[in-house]
Amino acid sequence: MPAPSVVRGTPFHERTGPLCQAGNWRRWAGHLSASSYEPTHEHEYQAIRSACALIDVSPLHKYRLSGPGAAALANRVVTRDVDRQEIGRVYYTPWCDAAGKVRDDGTLHRLGASDFRLTSAEPTLKWLHENARGLDVEIEEETEQVAALALQGPRSRELLRRITDGDVAGLPYFRVMSARIAGIAAEISRTGYTGDLGYEIWVGAADAIPLWDALTEAGGPFGLAPAGMLALDMARLEAGLLLVDVDFIPAHRAIIEDRKSSPYELGLGWTVSLEASNFVGRAALRAERARPPAWRFRGIVLDWESLEAAYATVGLPPQLPGTTLRDSVPLYAGGRQVGYATSRGWSPTLKTYLGLAHLEAASAAVGTELEIEVTVEHRRRRARATVAKTPFFDPERKRATP
Amino acid sequence: MSATNAYDAIIVGGGHNGLINAAYLARAGLRTVVLERRHLVGGAAVTEEIFPGFKYSVASYVVSLLRPEIIRDLQLARHGLEILPLESTVTPLPNGDYLGRWADHDQTRRDLYRHSPKDAEAYDDFATLMYRLAWAVKPLLGIVPPDPLSPGLRDLKTLLMLGRHARGLDEQQFHALFKLGTMSAADYLDEWFESDPLKATMSASGIIGTFLGPRSPGTAYVLLHHYMGEIDGVFRAWGFARGGNGMVSESIASSARSHGAEIRTGATVERVLTANGRATGVVLEDGEELRAKTVVSGIDPKRTFLGLLDPEELPDDLVEAIRRFRIRGSSGKVNLSLSAAPEFSCLPGGGPHLRGAFSISPSMDYLERAYDDAKYGGFSRRPYMDIVIPSMIDPGMAPPGRHVMSIFVQYAAFDIEGGWDDAKREAFGDAVVDTLSEYVPNLKDSILHRQVLTPLDMQEELGLTEGNIFHGELTPQQLFFFRPSPAWADYRTPVRGFYQCGSGTHPGGGVCGASGRLAALEILRDLRRRPRGPRPGHQP
Repeated sequence: MPAPSVVRGTPFHERTGPLCQAGNWRRWAGHLSASSYEPTHEHEYQAIRSACALIDVSPLHKYRLSGPGAAALANRVVTRDVDRQEIGRVYYTPWCDAAGKVRDDGTLHRLGASDFRLTSAEPTLKWLHENARGLDVEIEEETEQVAALALQGPRSRELLRRITDGDVAGLPYFRVMSARIAGIAAEISRTGYTGDLGYEIWVGAADAIPLWDALTEAGGPFGLAPAGMLALDMARLEAGLLLVDVDFIPAHRAIIEDRKSSPYELGLGWTVSLEASNFVGRAALRAERARPPAWRFRGIVLDWESLEAAYATVGLPPQLPGTTLRDSVPLYAGGRQVGYATSRGWSPTLKTYLGLAHLEAASAAVGTELEIEVTVEHRRRRARATVAKTPFFDPERKRATP
Repeated sequence: MSATNAYDAIIVGGGHNGLINAAYLARAGLRTVVLERRHLVGGAAVTEEIFPGFKYSVASYVVSLLRPEIIRDLQLARHGLEILPLESTVTPLPNGDYLGRWADHDQTRRDLYRHSPKDAEAYDDFATLMYRLAWAVKPLLGIVPPDPLSPGLRDLKTLLMLGRHARGLDEQQFHALFKLGTMSAADYLDEWFESDPLKATMSASGIIGTFLGPRSPGTAYVLLHHYMGEIDGVFRAWGFARGGNGMVSESIASSARSHGAEIRTGATVERVLTANGRATGVVLEDGEELRAKTVVSGIDPKRTFLGLLDPEELPDDLVEAIRRFRIRGSSGKVNLSLSAAPEFSCLPGGGPHLRGAFSISPSMDYLERAYDDAKYGGFSRRPYMDIVIPSMIDPGMAPPGRHVMSIFVQYAAFDIEGGWDDAKREAFGDAVVDTLSEYVPNLKDSILHRQVLTPLDMQEELGLTEGNIFHGELTPQQLFFFRPSPAWADYRTPVRGFYQCGSGTHPGGGVCGASGRLAALEILRDLRRRPRGPRPGHQP
């Protein structure tokens, strides 16, 4: 018996492997994932925002909850009120430990009255089992069995409706439907990690290659391009979406208490339904709700003039990042550190230097003037930045149904 | 009495703790001598070329717990210590499968997932908790155990510090710590995992060096002890010393010599000389006397208190406590010279797995049965084994294309029925080779030379009483302010000027070295000396 491979390709690897001209792979949950396919990722990003892009998201962990206790289990785990989730509705949701600190986030698809799909960034099988005690529910991990493609961008609807038998055009934001794509049985959800019009397509792993081929064959006229993680990272920053291990640490992996965050501290208060049935962490979050959280998660926008001034001191124009930066940098207000930015990058669409930041509540009001550390030619300097609302980029087409 | 026989400090026993102690004392400016009975230093951490061209880490064979501050203070890297990574542990299974834990997280997860999807996740949760616990408990490795019953000012400070520290533990840590201190490794791991080979292999680190089975209470603690190692800041990392574990000792000896310590081999100390309740020196087997006001024993507590001193010189309760101190040998060692690389049938051919460890621990029952054999005065017919092939990563250990295999074996009783003799030693070696051959079909045909050490051999050749590798079992009732005895856990003894610095003192064995260092710091405190030696231009 050979030693287990360290990384494996996704069900699409037969196609994505040869496409990856850049040879630029990274690992995502034990799978090979292209950082970019083309030698540079700019076109892939532009495909997401101006045409449509195909992103292999198969490494997401996926679990199927079914049986009479499925809804009760989902309600026990996620912070949202599953009783109010209609069939065909998708919830974005975090889930917490007993202290109300976020373990992970993902999407909960209600495929039937007692049939759910939960996606997560971290392995969650054990957590689901631990919370299923006494419930008549079947928990099936389908990470390897289900292949997933994100089709994202303004032309994605037109493309998809051409090869789908279902009413994909009528599918509202954060809904899921069953349909056939070029004859392949699939679930199509109007979800994604780009903040744009887009879909995620879920099929059995054996159907992955025919699905890929059907989409790429039909996609030419719509400017379809495969896109990698670098492009996706830029899009999700513009959309103000959190990235696990970058913008927050899963509570159960935190070595120290300070690394944990509650949903309120991550700007996810809107996902917490304190009236819902007794989900893990509810009591702690109810107590937290009674007083304002100490930390807030916010957007920040760097001030161009002060960035220019910082670079001017060494005779350079501002050097803009071509990818999303994931190193944490300090933020100051009134000469004191009041937070840190965990994701930063230049938005080619908005022509703005953006960031996502953890801020002490007193300095977190939108419009608050901050200073951010910028390293200019080996020296630390500060530029002005302003607290902003997220999402930074929020086109109407994202939610619109024609 | 010639002046050359007068020292500031005499260290009895040139094991790694004795050498570390000497290095720290010499560094502080004391005229120091180490007296070692054998022809080489290192005690149980020695490399010997018993069969030409093949170097054995005769007893101790891997490194992890060696305290980083010792590596820094004694500049061991400059004195020849190089640590090579030991990256994986593979547990071959009787059905031809295996369970592997690898350097890479994804690879480990994938392998565990094959055996139990839930365990693959539980393993990460367990590792996170152990990391946090080890981080919380680690400060204990660096402090002198206080005396909680008749505390002095410093004891009170330490106790206060510990109390504050304990308050910093969260609920999960506190519960886990209590469980680890009281439960059996098997019971504790049952709370976490369902895969039998995983639990068995993990429990193995709880039974090493202890005459207890994985289902005996108290074995859970040693799980944590093994998480307290670190290499280059990575917790729980294990490695090989390049050139064998003797290089740990050689590098410390080299550092000690560079500070002026004298190291004498072939010098067997008969007893410690005392006058008016004070140590005055030692007398060697050949009658030679050496004088010093400070005498330090790096040998185990039984030999320190019951061998080097006359029990008349000690309080009765201490003598009784030392007599009761559990130091039962439980393990043996088999070292092989091989004409070819071993082929494991679960992972045939070469590959990175051969650079790692192999654990013969297919199930919890297997380990407990291995203990049963020894419990009633025998050795395990089918023993637990921890196997490494150092020549795979350190080619200098064997001639080109050939290999050395180190097999740590448990269990073997010290007081075996009828006593150990040559025939029993060979039967023990045969049980090891026969069992391993079930997993390594080409083993028997490639053996060029075999060295078998029974607990009796470890006592007679290496000076470990009853062959106990830790100078006393690492069970909760023999730790911290109980190690080796209440009221005498601060490296001092009732004889003024006579100290203990071996693994039988806090924090204990595993080539950790903290005992040697902490004892040296206590001695220097008593002598009112600066640990770093006189300042330049200052004459003491």
